[in-house]
Amino acid sequence: MAEITLENVTYVYGKGAPYEMRALDDVSLTFRPGEVTGLIGHTGSGKSTLVQMLNGLLKPDSGRVLLDGKDIWADPKKIQEIRFRVGLVMQYPEYQLFDETVESDIGFGPKNMGMEPEKIKQAVARAAQFAGLSPELLSKSPFDLSGGQKRRAALAGVMAMEPDVLVLDEPAAGLDPGGRREILSRIREYQQESGANVIIVSHSMEDMALYCDRVLVMENGKLVMSGTPAEVFSRAEELIAVGLDVPQITRVARALREVGVDIGLDIYTVKFAAQRLLSGKGKV
Amino acid sequence: MKADIAFGQYYEGNSFLHRLDPRWKILFSIFYIVVIFLAKNVFAFALLVLSAILLIAVSRIPLRMILRGLKPLIFIIAFTAIINIFWLKGKTVLVDWWIIHIYLEGIINALLIVVRVVILVAGTSVLLTYTTTPLALTDGLERLLSPLAKIRLPVHEFSMMMTIALRFIPTLVEETEKIMNAQKARGADFSTGSLARRAKALIPILIPLFISAFRRAEELATAMECRCYTGGKGRTRMNILHSTWRDPAMCLALCALCAGVVLLNYFAPGYTLAM
Repeated sequence: MAEITLENVTYVYGKGAPYEMRALDDVSLTFRPGEVTGLIGHTGSGKSTLVQMLNGLLKPDSGRVLLDGKDIWADPKKIQEIRFRVGLVMQYPEYQLFDETVESDIGFGPKNMGMEPEKIKQAVARAAQFAGLSPELLSKSPFDLSGGQKRRAALAGVMAMEPDVLVLDEPAAGLDPGGRREILSRIREYQQESGANVIIVSHSMEDMALYCDRVLVMENGKLVMSGTPAEVFSRAEELIAVGLDVPQITRVARALREVGVDIGLDIYTVKFAAQRLLSGKGKV
Repeated sequence: MKADIAFGQYYEGNSFLHRLDPRWKILFSIFYIVVIFLAKNVFAFALLVLSAILLIAVSRIPLRMILRGLKPLIFIIAFTAIINIFWLKGKTVLVDWWIIHIYLEGIINALLIVVRVVILVAGTSVLLTYTTTPLALTDGLERLLSPLAKIRLPVHEFSMMMTIALRFIPTLVEETEKIMNAQKARGADFSTGSLARRAKALIPILIPLFISAFRRAEELATAMECRCYTGGKGRTRMNILHSTWRDPAMCLALCALCAGVVLLNYFAPGYTLAM
């Protein structure tokens, strides 16, 4: 399976110009297969830049990006093969839909990979199912779909390439709570069935807490924290200091402790909080 | 990437040129262009070069910026220079070999033409685009053309359209980049293959781009209507353009330049431009 490693990656926008900005500053980290990794950080912290490093849309100014130990820029002509292995779903992906039918739009990636028409059909059907699109939608125009359906179609467009690494930039942004839950649990399911390496960028601490195995925190182009959701969210002060937040339930746990009910600070889901409370840990 | 969007290329500043009234500045630019084309004599050209240097110095815009603006013109400049060198006949033969005849006059002529193009671009961009915000520019243009409204030309609508177009260029460039990245992530390839293949490869970019442009247009129209925009009739302005002492001063300077160029054309000795 596919492991992605960043080695001392630095990237600067507008080099030499007065508005030069160091978007990534000597970042080293590893995304391991079989995990859902969450990437958080406020606007301008370098998350989106980092994400575009992973499939070679951007080339690091210094440092290396390794896919299974091999530098993805070893042969720049073969960067496309990297893009097939590392699927990237950009922010608001519904704006990239273009084809006449949903089916051929989802099939755009596999077609670029040079798959046989028969195989493309299968891949599209599988991806549509993963993304939660019903089969009768496949023959429609993508522009006749609702907002949530468009998002799913775009997601399926990347899933259809069956990438070893699936990277999603704010996959649930702008969706209603039901749509958020649906799309994130679909991604989680995809990860569990395919064993892929999944990376999600998000602003929502609640989503991170619920769907990620590991959380990375970025600030000013640097990686400042990494660990399980429990580890990261128990460091609430630091998160708040870098302009982020913790899940609501973590704040509830902190407030409870202040009034004398200590159920621990590593609380990050409601379920977990309820368990702790019921187990009698919070006795005054 | 953001560095590539040099359109409009306004350069923040507070110089004499920045503070001229945009209405006047448009007229000055036209006047300056006319003066540039009036110059025929070498000395008149020398005066023009001097005026351009003076303009750049007054504007306090770094030379690096101006040279960058000239970069896309290198091909045109080289092309006209070469044509002039090889096609112009004169008295003093420098090279006479096979079908190639190069005359001293041809070379001088080529040099003068190059100087003319460089001053034309550098001078007007310093006078107008570098020192005027696009907004002030369209505002000035609207005011200048306002008499045409009397014969029912939609001057206000025209300038509003121009303002909106200018405003959305960077947005659309950014959007194009995003869509290109998204399609590249799905394995689209824009840089290899035959011309027909490459043209076809643009479809996945153009369709989403058009759709989003229409969507933006609709949203903008709604937003404008929500703020009770009904066109130019009876609309007052927040920033009213004011003319200051600087405008007549600049006008005087340009008139002096024009007079100088005309006088030198007639009375100065030396080479005179052939076309």
